[in-house]
Amino acid sequence: MAAGKDARTGAVVAGAGPARTVRPTTAAEVADVLRDTSGTVVPVGSGTKTGWAAPATSCDLLLRTTGLDRVVEHAPGDLVVVAEAGVRLDTLQRQLAGHGQMLALDPPEPGATLGGVVGANASGPRRLRYGTVRDLLIGVTVVLADGRTAKSGGKVVKNVAGYDLGKLYTGAHGGLGVVVSTTWRLHPLPPAARAVVVPVPDAAEAGRLAALVARSTLTPTAVELRWEAGRAAGTGSELVVLFESIEESVRAQSRAAVALLGGGAEADAPPSWFGARPSGGLVLRLAFEPFALPRVLAALPEASSGTASACTGVAYAAVPHTTDLAALRAAIAPYDGSAVVLEAPDDVRQGLDHWGPVADSFGLMTRVKDQFDPGRRLSPGRLIGGL
Amino acid sequence: MANPGQTSQTVPATRDSPASPRSRALAERLRAVIGDGKVLTDPAQLRTYECDGLAAFRVRPGIVVLAAHRDDVVHTVRLCAEAGVPFVARGSGTGLSGGAVPVADGVLIVLSRLRAIVSVDPDNARVVVEPGVINLWVTREAAPYDQAYAPDPSSQQVCSIGGNVAENAGGAHCLKYGFTVNHVMGAEIVLPDGDVVHLGGTAPEHPGLDLLGAFVGSEGTLGVATQITVRTIRAPESVQTMLVGFHTVEDAAGTVSDIIAAGILPAAIEMMDALAIEAAEAAVRCGYPEGAVAVLVIELDGPQVEVDEQFRQVAQAAEARHAFETRIARDAAERALMWKGRKSAFAAVGRISPAYYVQDGVIPRTQLPEVLAEIGRLAEAADVRVANVFHAGDGNLHPLILFDDTVPGAAHDAEQLGFAILDLCVDAGGSITGEHGVGVEKKSKMSRQFTEDDLDTMQLVRCAFDPAGLANPGKLFPTPRLCGERPGVHTAADTHDPALGEVF
Ligand SMILES: Cc1cc2nc3c(=O)[nH]c(=O)nc-3n(C[C@H](O)[C@H](O)[C@H](O)COP(=O)(O)OP(=O)(O)OC[C@H]3O[C@@H](n4cnc5c(N)ncnc54)[C@H](O)[C@@H]3O)c2cc1C
Ligand SMILES: Cc1cc2nc3c(=O)[nH]c(=O)nc-3n(C[C@H](O)[C@H](O)[C@H](O)COP(=O)(O)OP(=O)(O)OC[C@H]3O[C@@H](n4cnc5c(N)ncnc54)[C@H](O)[C@@H]3O)c2cc1C
Repeated sequence: MAAGKDARTGAVVAGAGPARTVRPTTAAEVADVLRDTSGTVVPVGSGTKTGWAAPATSCDLLLRTTGLDRVVEHAPGDLVVVAEAGVRLDTLQRQLAGHGQMLALDPPEPGATLGGVVGANASGPRRLRYGTVRDLLIGVTVVLADGRTAKSGGKVVKNVAGYDLGKLYTGAHGGLGVVVSTTWRLHPLPPAARAVVVPVPDAAEAGRLAALVARSTLTPTAVELRWEAGRAAGTGSELVVLFESIEESVRAQSRAAVALLGGGAEADAPPSWFGARPSGGLVLRLAFEPFALPRVLAALPEASSGTASACTGVAYAAVPHTTDLAALRAAIAPYDGSAVVLEAPDDVRQGLDHWGPVADSFGLMTRVKDQFDPGRRLSPGRLIGGL
Repeated sequence: MANPGQTSQTVPATRDSPASPRSRALAERLRAVIGDGKVLTDPAQLRTYECDGLAAFRVRPGIVVLAAHRDDVVHTVRLCAEAGVPFVARGSGTGLSGGAVPVADGVLIVLSRLRAIVSVDPDNARVVVEPGVINLWVTREAAPYDQAYAPDPSSQQVCSIGGNVAENAGGAHCLKYGFTVNHVMGAEIVLPDGDVVHLGGTAPEHPGLDLLGAFVGSEGTLGVATQITVRTIRAPESVQTMLVGFHTVEDAAGTVSDIIAAGILPAAIEMMDALAIEAAEAAVRCGYPEGAVAVLVIELDGPQVEVDEQFRQVAQAAEARHAFETRIARDAAERALMWKGRKSAFAAVGRISPAYYVQDGVIPRTQLPEVLAEIGRLAEAADVRVANVFHAGDGNLHPLILFDDTVPGAAHDAEQLGFAILDLCVDAGGSITGEHGVGVEKKSKMSRQFTEDDLDTMQLVRCAFDPAGLANPGKLFPTPRLCGERPGVHTAADTHDPALGEVF
């Protein structure tokens, strides 16, 4: 296998690939691995998107979590599930659907594991209604750098005993510990769906329509915008407003949405592009104040393509690899905007600033990392500021 | 906070010890830097701040700072850090776990004068406030734009947003809308060394670790929030509320399970038992169904058609469980009356008992019938009356333990029963607190829910934020631990924690 770039691990490591791969099958084995070794360790789930964001600066051991594949407990009456980190989200969803329930997270990567979803803070269009990992993860068990196993949270939705470390592990890319088990709040599967699709001429109109929906009493599960490559962001795009609830509600709401938006085609399902991530060149994840959507789109280079969760202030854009990231970041900063590089061509990846500038909390972030991982052995270099 | 039953509890007298030289020197410096009028050291004035909503724990602080500006907080914390003096933040003092109880010879930083609404941005659905702003004010500010602030603790007319952030406060409607942590987007924090950092912001996410998520619910142990950005939600098209009376607790609890199992997510499902109903009737004449052994207050909100259809299903579910009376609020006034009985229930218990003690524990909702029955058995065995008022939808119990504070030992017995109920919660797979926090009251119970390793891992966060251990020490954790100390290795210095010997 080519150093650091085999198809399954992706480009998780800069330079040389991992010296060794382990695939523990129990939490205790994960603990043994961390206790009995001393080098750098990078946890990966399915590795569907390990080429995203900054590569680890070192990886002596690749810790594959796919052996932690048990759904430990599903209490349908309590709408709670406990599952190990290597369980695939799609597998879990199938099992839950049998009980008319779901974990309300919809990142599109096929095969994504629960640990990977937590580690990358992955989400999809339905975040508008259900929130993200931080809103749904109610308990988590982690193996720390020194091999100790620690849980936080619990198995009940409401729980304020102690610090909520699940929030910290979310989006930490394994840099604070290896997630071995996760406990989630579930939602009922909505019985019916209806989508309204509206063509949108430009970014300004996209912003106007999204704001109309946001200020209305409609309760869509997602409001997604897609614009195609080769034109200014937002130009010639499509907006889809998705309703998922009981039949009576989705029918009435989609009719009301057509009236509100001044047109649009109704369908029983969203269009095929719904939820897909853009690809090619640099793929960016943008976050900003929701109402700034048209201004953020205007700051993107011509010839981009992408999708935006239009009422939440999140967008994914594929832009040319020559894009001046610093200038883009400066342009969206007034809207509390950030642009994180997810994917980049191999030859430009090394020289990129993946995360952008650090904020005044970076010193504190560093202290947190140093408390959890004093030897800097977990996913080193993957986090913001080279942590 | 009006909490009559509780404040009459027997309380150990606080020593009127003279201020220590350290405290006197710090007070002098504080006066020089932030101004005379904001620094209280007169024992008579300090007495007001001895406790929060949990009156059983009282400690006289060395100094009280009435912050009038964010910079007062920064200066105070920095001077505390320099002097090595612990400090405790205080919002409205309605906390029910002793979180805002001062540290003897420490500084209490009162934030209730920091009450500016900094900005209201309906386009982005954001409101920025100072920490002393009252919870209900946020909704008041947002209302002209048809928006609201979702977290609605029963104390919402008096508790502060800063206190809500520290406790991760909940409320009746968090079944559908989530807790404070799901609605706080950003905060300005004065760290325990006096540095100021900004966590989160107005955007939905930010690169890097979610330190804001760790701060919310940290009970004042990681720093002081001096500005908070929350998100507001669109007010729903339709709200419908019903009050349902049952002859048995099992039927009421079963109805809750059936509603959830039908795939319906109400905005709120609250339950009260016979004793709680009796108290509420005595206090506010809410006119609940006569002869009810349990009532449910169920609220649905959302698009009209959805609410109408699901409301019908809910009424059917209740009927199938032998509900003997179902009342539907016809207008806002009737809805308010239904809620009044529920929201005033804590204080109302003061009408039927000389004193009472509120517990807060969580169980998986499917175990409500068994756990309530077991609470009944424990209460009977202890010969103590317990009224239950709670957030049934998410299994968050609030047993109100009634006692006579003129009877020696009664307060202690009540507390013991409360702790036994918490054990039940943990054994059922639940939690020792769903919204009131651990504070000073329940810190010993943390070891019942978490292992040493779990607690040591939480301490890692504490050590990153507050290596000197000055922010609200002696709360939350059962065993104080010095940062840099290896877990499992205890030193004599452990016992020097300032809040230890002082509380009781
Ligand atoms: C660096 C990166 C950034 C991403 N950013 C986003 C984003 O901003 N928004 C979004 O919606 N999707 C994002 N994704 C996509 C997301 O990763 C996928 O939806 C899903 O998480 C992939 O699952 P996986 O099992 O293949 O994870 P992997 O690709 O194997 O891992 C994802 C990340 O989580 C870490 N990780 C994996 N397992 C564990 C574990 N058990 N404990 C601790 N850490 C673990 C990995 O080290 C890696 O950093 C990102 C992916 C990566 C790799
Ligand atoms: C009748 C009654 C009903 C209640 N109902 C509910 C309910 O339904 N749901 C619920 O969740 N709670 C409820 N509570 C509990 C209480 O109101 C909440 O915990 C509330 O969040 C406390 O806010 P406060 O401003 O009074 O905080 P305080 O009691 O002053 O302080 C609470 C904690 O927060 C810390 N703190 C305060 N301000 C800051 C700040 N700016 N920065 C950092 N730390 C800070 C303090 O140090 C302390 O640890 C109720 C209380 C009463 C008396």
